[in-house]
Amino acid sequence: MPEGGSEKKQFVRFTRLHRVMHAGMIVSFMSLALTGLTLKFSYTGWAAVLSRLLGGFETAGYIHRSAAVVMFGIFIAHLVDLYRLKSREYGSWRALLLGPSTMLPTRKDLAELTATLKWFVGRGPRPAYGRWTYWEKFDYFAVFWGIAIIGSTGLTLWFPVFFTRLLPGSFINVATIIHSDEALLATGFIFTVHFFNTHLRPEKFPMDISIFTGRVPLAELKRDKPREYEALVASGKLEEKMEEAYPPIVIRAIRVFAWMALAVGFSIVLWILYAMLFAYR
Amino acid sequence: MRAGQSSKCASEAFFAALLLFLASPCLSAGKTARGSAAQTSQPGEECLACHGEKSLTTARAGKTVSLFVDAKKFSASIHGSLGCTGCHADLAGKDLPHETPLAKVNCGTCHPSEMEQHARSLHGKAIARGDPLAPHCVDCHGNHDILPVKDSRSSVAPLKIPFVCGRCHQEGTPVQRNRPIHQDNILENFSESIHGQGLLKKGLVVAPSCASCHTAHLILPHTDPASSIARRNIAATCTKCHAEIEAVHRKIIKGALWEKEVNVLPACVDCHQPHKIRKVFYTQGMADADCLRCHENERLKRTRDGVSLYVRAAELEKSRHAKIACSQCHSEVNASHVRPCETITHEVDCSSCHDEIGRQYLSSTHGQLLSKKDPNAPSCKECHGNHAVLGRQDPQSPTFSINIPKLCARCHREGQKAAVRYTGRQHEIIEHYTESIHGKGLLKSGLTVTATCTSCHTAHRVLPRSDPESSVNSNKVPATCGQCHHGIQEQFDNSIHAKRLAKSGKELPVCSDCHTAHSIRRTDENSFRLDIMDKCGRCHEEIAKTYFDTYHGKVSRLGYTKTAKCYDCHGSHDVLPVADPRSHLSRANVAATCQKCHAGATRRFAGYLTHATHHDPRKYPLLFYTFWGMTALLVGTFVLSGIHTLLWLPRAFQMRRELRAAEAEKTDQPPAASPETPESAPEKENSDA
Repeated sequence: MPEGGSEKKQFVRFTRLHRVMHAGMIVSFMSLALTGLTLKFSYTGWAAVLSRLLGGFETAGYIHRSAAVVMFGIFIAHLVDLYRLKSREYGSWRALLLGPSTMLPTRKDLAELTATLKWFVGRGPRPAYGRWTYWEKFDYFAVFWGIAIIGSTGLTLWFPVFFTRLLPGSFINVATIIHSDEALLATGFIFTVHFFNTHLRPEKFPMDISIFTGRVPLAELKRDKPREYEALVASGKLEEKMEEAYPPIVIRAIRVFAWMALAVGFSIVLWILYAMLFAYR
Repeated sequence: MRAGQSSKCASEAFFAALLLFLASPCLSAGKTARGSAAQTSQPGEECLACHGEKSLTTARAGKTVSLFVDAKKFSASIHGSLGCTGCHADLAGKDLPHETPLAKVNCGTCHPSEMEQHARSLHGKAIARGDPLAPHCVDCHGNHDILPVKDSRSSVAPLKIPFVCGRCHQEGTPVQRNRPIHQDNILENFSESIHGQGLLKKGLVVAPSCASCHTAHLILPHTDPASSIARRNIAATCTKCHAEIEAVHRKIIKGALWEKEVNVLPACVDCHQPHKIRKVFYTQGMADADCLRCHENERLKRTRDGVSLYVRAAELEKSRHAKIACSQCHSEVNASHVRPCETITHEVDCSSCHDEIGRQYLSSTHGQLLSKKDPNAPSCKECHGNHAVLGRQDPQSPTFSINIPKLCARCHREGQKAAVRYTGRQHEIIEHYTESIHGKGLLKSGLTVTATCTSCHTAHRVLPRSDPESSVNSNKVPATCGQCHHGIQEQFDNSIHAKRLAKSGKELPVCSDCHTAHSIRRTDENSFRLDIMDKCGRCHEEIAKTYFDTYHGKVSRLGYTKTAKCYDCHGSHDVLPVADPRSHLSRANVAATCQKCHAGATRRFAGYLTHATHHDPRKYPLLFYTFWGMTALLVGTFVLSGIHTLLWLPRAFQMRRELRAAEAEKTDQPPAASPETPESAPEKENSDA
């Protein structure tokens, strides 16, 4: 935010596909959270109101399942994108997964985690993070985990008749608990920890819109991901990754969308807190 | 000619009767006269040689008795041709003068059946007992002067029978005083009754006398079942003359039943008292026109309290009682008064005709209040009106089904006199009823068969719910609703909620516990479908709570009905324990029950725990541990990431301050700092270090 669109060129951190997928993720995730939580917290008055606003439980159900399909689609699109990335830029899975830009947790991440904790308590400098920090990797795999757990249990609940050909009926009950509690973890985590990491961190307050624009000011790249910056400078590839910033109108539109998502997310957090602390049964 | 003779005789007899009443000495005088009248005979010249003498007497039991036989009377009597020995058989062939006393004449030699009947009768048994007051043949028929019954001079001619019987059966006689006879003033009452007046005053020989009802010879007390006046037989006795009387009385009591159920239905004498017939119960000759002469006047008022006594003749004519005379209801009128109604002291008693209904009413709350003289108590006319009373089939009638809610509302609407006294839980009854399915059916759709107030509460036996006799008492509710919803009642009676089957001592639900009493809704209304779950939960507390922990319950809780509710699985009226093979949830039926919504559901699918809770480790260990595993994961993740975030905060604030400072510096010296951002420099140094 400080060095907005006035800079001539900005570093492109996310491809267009990444950005579209993230926006799609926001929409589908919010929809899933809203419709799912009305059911989880059906005992609160809020749930009944929201359920009505969403068009009744049947419509809410359709929204929930459609959003789930969208999210599965995004997940598959990401896997396809990974495959294309491998073919285009790395040549082999090994290069992709073990290279410096890997999403997989490495020994370096562990070192950075301990260094970060030291920095937190004032016993060391801030580590020079690379392309992906350990918390970004955690978020990334949280989605993998979430899709696997919530997705599989969700399908069980969607097609109970089919699944009970293989599983006992009480597994539907188990699936319900896992689905709903894992979803609670996901929403809780995204709307607090993830929000903090990207929006509420005081130095980025009120929000970091790089996931929507795909661009970060060079200064920010140097500050936050110094290791990546240096690698880019060293390889001489920095220039080809610099592009014009978006005009202010686009930025404004993005901000409106981001604010809306933020508001919905925080409302959901408040609702969860209310339901868990004051109305739990 | 003959008629003239008999009427002459009748008037003679009447005077004789008067004499009988007025002067008891006359009776003994009569007896002496009878005695002396039997002292002449004709055929037996030999006998008359002595017995023709008026002075011939003998001493019997210390009394002087005349033995004179009037020859003229004897020869004119029906036995005249028989001669003395025809009856005094022991004299045949004897030398005269004969020995005294002679054997008693046996009338049974010629009249065996009469003799036999008499022997069985009250009188005959008294003779056998040796009762000195018991009447022998001669006491009624006379001895030497017996005439045929058809002869109006006969002592047992119809017109004379009252006097013959009355010799013993009137006030003051030894019989009436010393023998158990339960009727008073028999002869007097009879002579004033319609029968007595017909016979004695109008000389109608066909009018009944004593023997018409009591028979001539087989007189038995009414307690004897063989008696002609026994309860069982009285109707038959009366219908000997009043042949069509059953038809006349059909509206009051079902005529055909008179003789079948003698203990239930009234016998003639219950209304028309013996010997006083017609004097007591209704009044002769009161025509409605007589009443209307005064009551047509619109301004006619009761002097006591100014209540209008105006009767609209037109209204009366259209009423259900159009063919009932005024005096049949206003039975206390007396035709012999100039103002027949001045003898009226009581309100009209409808139960004198509507007997059963009257009894029901008196047992009801309404009737009980009336008995206590409560001013709020509704009497018959409160609901039925008075002169304009119409049948309940008539749409104009206040008791026509569609008009009933309005009728009851007069007192039971909130704020009205009955509602004010009421202390129970039902309020705004009329409003609720009007909005209920019954109310809409009746009042909006105009379905006259729809349940209205009286369908459940009854019309005349209205009692509070707490009364075990009440039609709306919980033990009667299923039967009450079952009058219309019979099929449902059959299901309910076989369900575990029925008293018959439930072994639990707990209070069991009846129709009204789920459907309410007055605000009964359509069962396909969403609000009803959702409310019903709370109804089940009132007793099945635990199971209802856990239901709301599952998907079905949660969706229902959100206010949607397209998911399984209690009754979708358990049935609504035919609820049975799961162990019962007929239950919708029994082993054999459960899959089919699930298939109602989940096409293709299998027995394994039905293993879904519809009332599961993850709070019970013993019953649902799998759910319990899954839940706590998930919770541990959740808490663990949040604690770790929370700590991470909280630790980060101070550093982040520090960075923010440094960024701000750098920016401020940059704006102070715009040209100098542009390419190499100052804030990254120290950081870079840091990270390098």
